[in-house]
Amino acid sequence: MKITVCVKQVPASNEARLDPVTNTIIRDGAKSVLNPFDEHAVEEAVRIKAQVGGTITAVTMGIPAASEMLRRVIAVGADRALLLTDRAFAGSDTLATATALSAAVKKDGMPDLILCGKMATDGDTAQVGPMLAELLGIPHICNVSKIVSITDKAITVCENTDDGVNTVTAALPALLTVVREINIPKLPSIAGILKGEATQIETVTAADLNITSEHLGLKGSATRVVSSERPNLVHHTVVIDGTADEQAKKLLAILDSGEVR
Amino acid sequence: MKNNVWVFCEHGADGIRPVTLELIGKGTELGTVTAVSVQPLSEAEIKSLSETGADRIISGDLADADVLTSIDALCGLIKEYGPDILLVGATAFGRSMAPGIAARLKTGLTADCTGLEIDAETGLLKQTRPAFGGNLMATIVCPDTKPQIATVRPKVFRSIQTDNHAEVIRVHCEAAPSPITLLRQELNKGEVSIADADVLVSVGQGIGTQENIRLAEKLAEKLGGTLSASRPMIDNGILPYARQVGQTGRTVAPRLYIALGISGAVQHMAGVAAKHIIAVNTDPDAPIFAYADYAIRQDCGTFLHAILDQLK
Repeated sequence: MKITVCVKQVPASNEARLDPVTNTIIRDGAKSVLNPFDEHAVEEAVRIKAQVGGTITAVTMGIPAASEMLRRVIAVGADRALLLTDRAFAGSDTLATATALSAAVKKDGMPDLILCGKMATDGDTAQVGPMLAELLGIPHICNVSKIVSITDKAITVCENTDDGVNTVTAALPALLTVVREINIPKLPSIAGILKGEATQIETVTAADLNITSEHLGLKGSATRVVSSERPNLVHHTVVIDGTADEQAKKLLAILDSGEVR
Repeated sequence: MKNNVWVFCEHGADGIRPVTLELIGKGTELGTVTAVSVQPLSEAEIKSLSETGADRIISGDLADADVLTSIDALCGLIKEYGPDILLVGATAFGRSMAPGIAARLKTGLTADCTGLEIDAETGLLKQTRPAFGGNLMATIVCPDTKPQIATVRPKVFRSIQTDNHAEVIRVHCEAAPSPITLLRQELNKGEVSIADADVLVSVGQGIGTQENIRLAEKLAEKLGGTLSASRPMIDNGILPYARQVGQTGRTVAPRLYIALGISGAVQHMAGVAAKHIIAVNTDPDAPIFAYADYAIRQDCGTFLHAILDQLK
């Protein structure tokens, strides 16, 4: 079975430092990690491979330094990794990102199964997975909390919905986005880490993808950020003083009044 | 020329989801509103959509529409009617469906908008949303393609009351049979849902003891609310994931969020969209106090005993 896992390198912390002149995020020097949701996607791929055999290809779109993250993904069990890196990808919104990823996946050869984390902790959109599925013409299932069974033709999963949990089956190829509950990611072994160091990361540029530049990067994005700013945390905090009894009494009075409707 | 605003009418186990009505209300500020349902609507549902602001209602004919079928059906309707804007509730369903529509139509989608308004000069929809866990507010537009699609979480906007009588158009929806088969559906009936709670009493690492968690739950009950928690409580196996509030847990939008022993880390607060936040913590420098509307510098256990005593 050919399994592809989409992964993303995200800032380790959510603290956004803004360039005071351009109002854009300063990314250099910030520590980066594998998106936490993607860790679970990778782990699930490793488990599926252990069960039914096959190969795992990790794919990411990022800056050259993202290769470090890919080595980590290989260390925990991926067989190979593709790094889509090119200035032409800069400024991509989710649509442009999904467009580039779909071209790379098609070029590499359609997998049987694509796994993604539910969302990335920097953008928080949860859009790229479903968009990628749509562009590849395959079904997608989001918020997968368990893989019930898998054959070379179909997959059955538990999907967290707004009202509970659905058990559904899809014919392969299909794309799943996974939630944290699905597994507990394992740490890499020493052998894994060495394998990660030794493996050649395959670099993919815009030219390799056969897409014209108007579909990539800023130009290929359907959305534009027109401004970004720190939210106004001008806050009026009312301090409730006194002994615990007095504080409790005051709070209950506030709750009973119209103040917190 | 007024914008033609479509609002996707989403059905849950209990009928039309409240977020649909909230978006119709917001939609009335943005242009003329058409509520679109791929499922056929009952008379009562039509009345509800009308009264909450829909100028027009499109009612489809698909008995059962999952995410993929809805993408098919909606794309067909969008191609036929050409709305300027499409608003979708950022429910699990909506967040799975909207990107599929955006990708198929090659148009822009902005997720989890907290602000929507029409730019006076360009007529475009300005979509504001938090990024980096809420540390940044970005305003986004979709300048070249239609529809401009936005998803919005429940309770971000409020529904309104009007005396509209919407025009109803019943349509046939073209959709391929879904490639996904539903084998079993387990509904959360009666189980805890922190996402819908009016009041949340939320515990963090500073709660102290298991006994205090029990008291916190009791307080929640007395206030007509539910117990929730920050991530460490789940990671340590103390409470189940269903109760986790935060960026990697659930986003909650209660009227009252009572944070007990929660430090207020950015990743936690990113999941809190409460109307009023009350923080109880012994650490005067805890970041939560920057978010709190009411600050109580007190030990959680002591406070809980005191307040439960007075609620007897």
